Amino acid sequence: MRYLPKSPAERQDMLAAIGAKSIEELFSSIPERYRLREALDLPGPLSETEVIEFFKARGAENSGGYTSFLGAGVYNHLRSVVTDAIIQRGEFLTSYTPYQAEITQGTLQAIFEFQTLMCQLTGQEVANASMYDGSTATTEAVLMAERLTGRSRILVARSVHPEYRDVLKTYAKNSGLHVEEIGYGANGTLDQKALPAALKDDVAAVVVQSPNFFGVIESLAPLADAAHASGALLVTTITEGVSLGLVRPPAEADIVAMEAQSFGLAPSYGGPFAGVVASRDKFVRQMPGRLAGQTTDSEGHRGFVLTLATREQHIRREKATSNICTNQALCALAATVHLTLLGKEGLREMAHQNLSKAQFALAELEKIAGVRRAFEAPFFNEFTIELPRSVKIVNAYLLREKIIGPFVLGTSYPELTKHALVCVTETTTRAEIERFAAALRRALEQPL
Amino acid sequence: MTDKIKKATRHTNQNEGLIFEKSSPGKRAFELPPLDVPAADAAKSLGPNERREGVEGFPEVSEIEVIRHFTRLSTWNYAIDLGMYPLGSCTMKYNPRVNEFVARLDGIATEHPYQPQELSQGCLKILQLLEKCLLEVTGMDSVTLQPAAGAQGELTGLLLIRAYHEKNGNPRKKVLIPDSAHGTNPATAVIAGYEVENIKSESHGQIDVDKLRDLVTTDVAALMITNPSTLGIFEERIPEIAKILHDKGALLYMDGANMNALTGITRPGDLGVDVMHLNLHKTFSTPHGGGGPGAGPVAMKKILEPFRPVPILVEKEGGRLALEQMRPDSIGRVKAFSGNFGVLVRALAYILAYGPGVRQATEDAVLNANYIRKHLEGVFDLPYSLPSMHEVVFSDAIQKKNGVNTMDIAKRLIDYGFHPYTTAFPLIVPGALMIEPTESESREECDLFIDAMRSIAEEAATNPELVKTAPHTTRVRRLDEVGAARKPILRWKPQASRPEAAD
Amino acid sequence: MAYPANYRYTKEHEWVDVKGDAAAIGITDYAQHELGDVVFVELPKVGSKIEVGKTFGTVESVKAVSDIYAPASGEVVEANDVLHNTPEKINTDPHGAGWLIKVRLANPAEISGLMDAAAYEAYIASQSKEASA
Repeated sequence: MRYLPKSPAERQDMLAAIGAKSIEELFSSIPERYRLREALDLPGPLSETEVIEFFKARGAENSGGYTSFLGAGVYNHLRSVVTDAIIQRGEFLTSYTPYQAEITQGTLQAIFEFQTLMCQLTGQEVANASMYDGSTATTEAVLMAERLTGRSRILVARSVHPEYRDVLKTYAKNSGLHVEEIGYGANGTLDQKALPAALKDDVAAVVVQSPNFFGVIESLAPLADAAHASGALLVTTITEGVSLGLVRPPAEADIVAMEAQSFGLAPSYGGPFAGVVASRDKFVRQMPGRLAGQTTDSEGHRGFVLTLATREQHIRREKATSNICTNQALCALAATVHLTLLGKEGLREMAHQNLSKAQFALAELEKIAGVRRAFEAPFFNEFTIELPRSVKIVNAYLLREKIIGPFVLGTSYPELTKHALVCVTETTTRAEIERFAAALRRALEQPL
Repeated sequence: MTDKIKKATRHTNQNEGLIFEKSSPGKRAFELPPLDVPAADAAKSLGPNERREGVEGFPEVSEIEVIRHFTRLSTWNYAIDLGMYPLGSCTMKYNPRVNEFVARLDGIATEHPYQPQELSQGCLKILQLLEKCLLEVTGMDSVTLQPAAGAQGELTGLLLIRAYHEKNGNPRKKVLIPDSAHGTNPATAVIAGYEVENIKSESHGQIDVDKLRDLVTTDVAALMITNPSTLGIFEERIPEIAKILHDKGALLYMDGANMNALTGITRPGDLGVDVMHLNLHKTFSTPHGGGGPGAGPVAMKKILEPFRPVPILVEKEGGRLALEQMRPDSIGRVKAFSGNFGVLVRALAYILAYGPGVRQATEDAVLNANYIRKHLEGVFDLPYSLPSMHEVVFSDAIQKKNGVNTMDIAKRLIDYGFHPYTTAFPLIVPGALMIEPTESESREECDLFIDAMRSIAEEAATNPELVKTAPHTTRVRRLDEVGAARKPILRWKPQASRPEAAD
Repeated sequence: MAYPANYRYTKEHEWVDVKGDAAAIGITDYAQHELGDVVFVELPKVGSKIEVGKTFGTVESVKAVSDIYAPASGEVVEANDVLHNTPEKINTDPHGAGWLIKVRLANPAEISGLMDAAAYEAYIASQSKEASA
């Protein structure tokens, strides 16, 4: 087998050196009757060529040749080939968590740079080295708010990503957290009228997403004021990081949870991505996950180490701030390289292209009879439209024209069956937008 | 210009600054295609209050500078691709390059989790085949691929156990965890709403079965066991342990971190285990990438199947595959979308490359560990002498007499060109040296490692100071972790970036 | 380092310096030595109550966290806030400037059950012997 570096003779020599007669002898502590007598029934072995053929064949059974208007937490953005070239270097790819600082300075310094970039983007003072994804980062941010306030009620906007809310509920169920949802108003943002009554003195956090799941930007300052007035914290979730190139950062939030997929990570059918938790310096002792810090070595040179590790599971065990161990380090490195490539100007320009194309797309779609913008609040690269008929039926028609239609909001919001969440990024061309508008017009002209 | 020489070289003393320190306004490393629609007025579209001028402090560098910066950083890392990485309990085996290639293919990396399922049959077939393979390897009845890593797999497993007990009328209160367990086990049990009760190991490092019998009451939801244990020893009485639990209605959870010792040899499902997680980034060769991403599928017996997290992969009539989002008894969702799909792809590529021959990998891993043990026994203290599986745990008891501890030996190993083994774990061995060579090491590499360890033992006896001040060959020396923790500097700031006086 | 004769000591390695119903509490030289360089302390707020035998705070080194147990019950009247910026005082002067909190004792009689300096020194001598065995 090509991955195994031993000849049969070497195996025999090593067994002899150990003093074992057969390889079976090394497994003697496993009771005889539990040892497998037959080989496992697994497909293979396949040569490298066959492995590639297998996956190419599977890839061909997917969405090739279609144009997509899906976002809803996973976004198609331009990615430089440089990012993959860097993260495929074996020194990054095949290195472990940097516990041995002297021989992992590369990973450690890159994490430090990632933490800095995340702070700059979010307007926060400290960011961790990554969580699994945006959904678990949001949950960890909420658990952090619970520890900081000693309170257990959580108010979550219904306009937070439905799957993120699901994950929060799964974790909350046994942690003594009580999760309550707050609806949205006519303009698509959190219903601020409902907030005062819900903000009782046992509320640990108000959780909002911005841009929210309907694509609109939440106004955070009044939410922060309301939360703080009752002793609660404001947790803000971001699923579309590119928005931060043009949209004011959530500086009023006490804790920010972000999905970094938009920064150079392929959609990859839902993962692996990278979550981030960012917050204020004074809350750092309650942060989940790893942190890299700057220090000096015994000769005074600058170096980096994992620090404040007493928060983590391998030291504090059942009292740890989180059970996370393996995180999404290589994805965080990809984001670091990608954002460094984009730089200040590139990110701003990318964000501006997203905004421009989304504005253009909305204008094109609004020209179609019966299509209406659903929410009036400002948006970034996603917006909600209301159609004169069920989105599912419309999307079925669009598929015939090789278009993957917008996200069907009715799957998560029963009151919005005629509402669709359209996503347009810098990767969507004007021609594609125009083709989509024309196809949508035809779809709506179809007899029911 | 300052009067100090800052040139970076290939030499290990090279001094590469932070990317922010290289930044100069107006430089860029990436250009977008021109905008093909009218440019939006951001102030008008977003409102003047929501608009931002650009991200303050963001780097502005060229493409060649980005390449050089990260390439230089990479040279400061040790990696499996450079040599043996014997970190016990981490299974640092070769990460096949073809796995990286296929995970990036068009039609694989490009797919959106919300695209119609009829346009996702390729992705779903990958998930289905991986599920089948993992069931065959573990001897279980059902599996979920959702969890993002081992610790999330543990949580998913415990939530399944909790849901099962709740369905039977009582969630129960406690989870039993051996004192040799990974730190994630107790941290996870608490999130699942359980109290943790630690069980001491008996004198051979095995679970004390008699004590266990006394501890297992109807308050106990489960025992979390690592098998082979963190001492690298197979729990011989595991079927009996399972029976003790089952007789009281409790379940047996197995931490599958050490499956590299068992794959193709025996199956946890046959041993009486009810639920377990696998670390695909250990046993199934997906790269650690400096700390992640991983994937932590959870395999289980039939009784736990109704509680699996959503989405759930099902085969419809005509062989069409689908993900279902609703199940009445499901524990809910543990992660957005469909697991760490890209990691699952890599794991399947690994399994396909071996096929049934994966047993040979296990045999070689165990052979290597025993070969190293044989040659280092006596040179280093072996606190538990039961047969080793895929890893061996020594202690620093002999070297400690000269004031040299496990961390010192580990650091000195760096000077010999190896990554250190795992130090100071498991906690039940004071001064532990936990060595896991994996199957990826040739006899020659094992011999070099043995030579290095013997040589360090000699140095510890004759020149302990040399060992205690190691490493001597790295770009940085031992770092001030105390200072880092007392006055944390967790991000670059313009003022703090001035070259330090000591530099 | 000498153990002050007028202090009283616990088996969990805290010391208490009693003057009437006022008492200062800290950790012993032995404890700081076992823990290593202290990087962080978590202390209770002024006005909060501590209860004998229960933990009231933590002391952290780089790789360990140690709970601190109350040698007696009482109300916290002062916390040594200097330690937030200079936790190393616990290492350099554990029995003096490295004190943790001052309390008003609820029941000064609780102190009588604690060890005096001689008894404590004998206790830690037996502890170290056990550890090296």
